[in-house]
Amino acid sequence: MQDIDAVVDDALTLFAGINDADELERVKARYLGKSGAINELAKGLGKLPPAERPAMGSRINAAKSKLEEALKDQRERIQAAKLEQKLKSEALDVTLPGRGSGLGGLHPVSRTLERAEQIFHSLGFEVADGPEIETDFYNFTALNQPENHPARSMHDTFYLENSKLLLRTHTSPIQVRYMQTHQPPIRIIAPGRVYRVDSDATHSPMFHQAEGLWIDTHISFANLKGVVTEFFKLFFERNDLQVRFRPSFFPFTEPSAEIDMSFGEGWLEVGGCGMVHPNVLRNVNIDSQQYQGFAFGMGLDRLTMLRYGVNDLRLFFENDLRFLRQFR
Amino acid sequence: MKFSENWLRTFVDPKINTRELADLLTFGGVEIEAVTPVAPAFDRVVVGEVLSVEKHPNADRLNVCQVNVGLAPLTIVCGAPNVRAGMRVPAALVGAKLPALEIKAAKVRGVESSGMLCSAKELGLSEAADGLLELPANATIGASLRAVLDLDDQLFDSKPTPNRGDCLSLRGLARDVAALSGVAMKPLKVPAVTAGHDARPTITLNAPKACPLYVGRLLRGVNARAPSPQWMVDRLTRSGIRSISAIVDVTNYVMLELGQPLHAFDADKLQGGIQVRWANAGEKLTLLNGETRELDCSFLVIADDQKALALAGIMGGESSAVSDATQNILLESAFFDPDAIAGKSRVLGFGSDSAYRFERGVNYAGAREAAERATQLILDICGGTPGPTTAAESAAHLPTRKPIELRLQRLERVLGVALAADEVTALFTRLGFEHQRTDEGLRITPPPYRFDLSIEEDLIEEVARIHGYNNIPALPPKVAAVAMPMPERQRAMAPLRRLLAARDYQEVVTYSFVDRAWEADFCGNAAPIALANPIASQMSVMRTSLIGGLVNTLIHNLHHKQARIRVFEIGRCFLPGDEAQPAQPWRIAAAACGTAVDEQWGVRPLRAVDFYDVKADLEALCWPRRLTFEAATHAALHPGKCARVHCDGQAVGWLGELHPRWQQKYDIALAPVLFEMDLAVVAGQPLPVYGAISKFPSVWRDLALVFDENTSYQAILDAVHAQKPPAVVDFTVFDIYRGAGIENGKKSLAFRMVVQDTHKTMTDAEVDSAVSKIIKVLQNQFHAKLR
Repeated sequence: MQDIDAVVDDALTLFAGINDADELERVKARYLGKSGAINELAKGLGKLPPAERPAMGSRINAAKSKLEEALKDQRERIQAAKLEQKLKSEALDVTLPGRGSGLGGLHPVSRTLERAEQIFHSLGFEVADGPEIETDFYNFTALNQPENHPARSMHDTFYLENSKLLLRTHTSPIQVRYMQTHQPPIRIIAPGRVYRVDSDATHSPMFHQAEGLWIDTHISFANLKGVVTEFFKLFFERNDLQVRFRPSFFPFTEPSAEIDMSFGEGWLEVGGCGMVHPNVLRNVNIDSQQYQGFAFGMGLDRLTMLRYGVNDLRLFFENDLRFLRQFR
Repeated sequence: MKFSENWLRTFVDPKINTRELADLLTFGGVEIEAVTPVAPAFDRVVVGEVLSVEKHPNADRLNVCQVNVGLAPLTIVCGAPNVRAGMRVPAALVGAKLPALEIKAAKVRGVESSGMLCSAKELGLSEAADGLLELPANATIGASLRAVLDLDDQLFDSKPTPNRGDCLSLRGLARDVAALSGVAMKPLKVPAVTAGHDARPTITLNAPKACPLYVGRLLRGVNARAPSPQWMVDRLTRSGIRSISAIVDVTNYVMLELGQPLHAFDADKLQGGIQVRWANAGEKLTLLNGETRELDCSFLVIADDQKALALAGIMGGESSAVSDATQNILLESAFFDPDAIAGKSRVLGFGSDSAYRFERGVNYAGAREAAERATQLILDICGGTPGPTTAAESAAHLPTRKPIELRLQRLERVLGVALAADEVTALFTRLGFEHQRTDEGLRITPPPYRFDLSIEEDLIEEVARIHGYNNIPALPPKVAAVAMPMPERQRAMAPLRRLLAARDYQEVVTYSFVDRAWEADFCGNAAPIALANPIASQMSVMRTSLIGGLVNTLIHNLHHKQARIRVFEIGRCFLPGDEAQPAQPWRIAAAACGTAVDEQWGVRPLRAVDFYDVKADLEALCWPRRLTFEAATHAALHPGKCARVHCDGQAVGWLGELHPRWQQKYDIALAPVLFEMDLAVVAGQPLPVYGAISKFPSVWRDLALVFDENTSYQAILDAVHAQKPPAVVDFTVFDIYRGAGIENGKKSLAFRMVVQDTHKTMTDAEVDSAVSKIIKVLQNQFHAKLR
């Protein structure tokens, strides 16, 4: 009869060396099969004196358990190794690009426009809109610029053929239209396209303005300075941004001011503003003794240029995708 | 307006530097756009007198000059052709630094030269080299050239706003400088010139509203050939006005100095008296600029008994112009009403310094003073004998200045800052306005040179301006919080833009005015709204569709080697029709060409974007509103690949592939698919409505039927929806097949239907019955056959 310990040792060594599940099962039969080593040992029990049998029996059982345990471990090891190999073979190049539909983007001026709307909305301004083909009345007369007023020459106006209509030269007509149909308090921002007969690197025959208007009983020039300054700081996300106001002239505001802005060196003209002229209020039947307020206008294209460092206005209207895609 | 800083400082001279003076004006409301030095930096250049000129022994073109610069004579070699003994010229001494070179003692072809005689170009005073710059014969020998020519001066370029005609003169600018700086102006004394004869012009004011005051004066025996003094020429030049002749120069000089435009007629060319009247229709006048204009009664003219002599306040006429031969002149100093002059430059197509001032308003109390000033200057330069000053005046028609009440309370309310009465009074004292205190504030009478002050707000601006805008605080308004609701049935443009961007479209902004051909081709529109004054023919008509701009964007980018282009635009279109106020609807449109998705690994084969890809984008844009599509034709689109888009029974847009004809004409290699929709429809969205979820199982059934090729899916859907049993809750096509097993001209459509009851579980028999009902509908209506 073989020594049990030797059988176990042999088997354990053998199992540990097997990396194939089928072979492991075949080898298993040699030890734990019907005519395997363990069974052979068990068969030898009958030949032992009865007093030795229980001890021997339990030794054989222990050996059997040990082998079964070892087998189970080895099976798991083999399975784990197999899985690991499978996973390894499935590995992707995670650096390859993702698949599917691409993304477009907004026009840079739309980014500015949305941003301006959003900032003013947070300051309680409602968005207003108006036609781009305008009448002389809304574009000029109602804004205190009667015919032949020298201020009209400040705007080179596009006129329609065989018509008295024109393309609005500024977004200010929206003010008038809004005030005709609404009573104060009024707080609006009116962005849109405007048109002037002008074309070079800094002028486009079509460009974008945003007009702001706040009319109430007590809205002052100091408030105008406060709101406009706040806007530019919020828009450029710079607290160190400086805004200054220079006396100027617009027929529809009095006092009037140019708005200059600086990041620290040099000043840039970014808009015009002022207290709404009593004549304008009178033209829309608002009592100018009871109500007062401010209006401002700014060039959205210019703000966009400053915000993103664009140096040629014409790029905005060329619609070259190589340019536009930079603003995604 | 250009002017010399030094000239301005002769009127008021605050102790501030050039930059500060420019800022003072700018922040007072007269923007100084540019400040440039009159001369570049150079030094050690003095007035030299050429004592002798001898040929250079070794060079034909050179001379050896002895030059007196106040010390021992210098020997200077000079190559200028105009050098001659006795002339005074700029002499750069050894060590002088000129703009382009430094002067050293040197031998020139063997002759020692200690300096250089200079041309204007060498000193940086002009572009051209016209030989040596000849200085006046009385220039002090040895004096610094910079001092002699007043070169330490700066040119200011101001951009006065249209309301401030009073800032179009040196004295007017000086008034503002005085008010802003608090430094008093030096008085300019203009004594009346005593008459030497008593001939007076006859002056008749036939249009007294347009010209209520006309001051005329006859000057006899003037020497029109006398040269203008250098200081006057310099000041004119520094103001951008060319010297012409002494008499004309004087009129221009006084205009710059006092703001009063003047005119001088050759008195011997006048027939009888002066009339100021409206032009007769058809009356012709040849102007000083050589143009002959036919006038109408909107033009004010200065006429004699025979004919129009000048366009009043705008430009003189050729026939009565002063010339070198002129001996007697009629000097005109008048007030023309701004309304009589305004807008005329635009009609004429040219302006003038005079018209520019009159249309903005000229001091109506200054005409006589200007006439005296000009008379004195002409006498000083040209000699002659003045007659008495003669004024025709219609006092009733002269502008008036009514006192304006300025309430301090109002001032505080408008500016948002409280100013004490004394402070405000002091500001108006500095401005030199007539003022008195009242219970509520001040009563101000604006001066005759200001045409921009008529209401309280104008005075408030005046206070703000002189007080300084920068001294008014920036304060956030104090207001109650307001709700800013966004209607739930409405989407703003921002989410629409983002939605299309998320579906791979790039936003563009194209011009609202387009090429007439685009309107004809893409819209079938032969009569678009046209601009009277377009900047270019391809930007001459207003678009009625966004398609042209998008197609043009495709073309532009295809030319720049972009193979796949997807763009959209939101903007207004302009529809002819209502001439008083054309409809200007907002539209949203998109165009796509190239592959359906970007070229990428793992997606093969790549196919071109087609009608249905873009249709899905359009449906996503409008979701959850349901769109329906109907085959239709559109000028821009392929007749077989074009749909009219409907929503809630209304036609709201178009979808289709660009017509092959336009692909060919515009040389577009790829077939673009486009849509254009009314923005209002796209922006609307219904509120969701809750419906009970059935607790009972639903059953799917697939069926395939063969239809005629021309049967539209929409027609099938409409028939099914009209006649289906309620239990059929969904019915969609999931496959379309043509080919083997299907007759030519036929197509097989496979549908999936979902059958479900909200109250019970359906039996097989009930489901079968629902399915067969649908089949029957399709068989009856479309002669469809089950496959």
